[in-house]
Amino acid sequence: MNTRANTLERVEEAAPTRMPAWELPPTNIREEKDAYLLELEMPGVSKTGIEVTVEANELTIVGRRSDPEIQGELVYQESRRGDYRRTFELDPSINTGKIEAKMDQGVLKLTLPKAEQVKPHRIQVTD
Amino acid sequence: MKLIRYQAPELSQWSPFNRLASLREEMNRIMDGSLAAFTGGNVGLFGGWSPSMDVVQDKDAVYVKAELPGMKKEDIDINFQDGILTLSGERKQESEVKEGESFRSERFFGKFHRTVSLPTKVDADKISATYKDGILTVTLPKAAEVKAKQIDVTVS
Repeated sequence: MNTRANTLERVEEAAPTRMPAWELPPTNIREEKDAYLLELEMPGVSKTGIEVTVEANELTIVGRRSDPEIQGELVYQESRRGDYRRTFELDPSINTGKIEAKMDQGVLKLTLPKAEQVKPHRIQVTD
Repeated sequence: MKLIRYQAPELSQWSPFNRLASLREEMNRIMDGSLAAFTGGNVGLFGGWSPSMDVVQDKDAVYVKAELPGMKKEDIDINFQDGILTLSGERKQESEVKEGESFRSERFFGKFHRTVSLPTKVDADKISATYKDGILTVTLPKAAEVKAKQIDVTVS
């Protein structure tokens, strides 16, 4: 099952110090029969703040916050307020022309469909 | 190359950690206000999860912001009593059957519960909240008596 192993492995895991400091959005990845489904949590980012790019075999997702910072005296803060970025390596079996993205309350949902030739299909045996 | 698969810790219902989690909540309630020091990030200790919160105040109001991505408005509960604001609710996993295989699972689902004691008296009848792009913002206008006092201070 090389397909699964090679797909969507995060590339940047070994590069923790990069400038500027991006937030790494928590991500769920699931493989279904016809597609890979990704969900990335990016609170504060609206539809217009999302950039999804595919270059060579890398999928890069950037989310820029658009929620206004409330002016005033900060009593306490836990949020990090950074923009988000994460990169995944794409398996060759993914049809990069048909990636779909949807933003819903700070969660980006990506559907990465598999190319036709890798979907399971039945082969007739001939004599 | 390998993919590390891990499960959200709250999957096991029987876990004795549930009791630990309720103990933690109890402690949070007691130690209100400084609870940030306990939870720090957005990952709860064993039970459920804990959204990040910011508290800001200006001369008119106190604003509480909580990062709650991927929820439904109706699944968020906001309560205010005796100067303490409680945010709670449940983030539900989408009901799609898991026919596929999950190989990265970093998001938390389930219940959350957070309380914050407010730095000043507020007008409980005028509290309002909005939920946009996964961020809940609760606006708590300061009580008239507090505002009056502030004005006195600036005059003197």
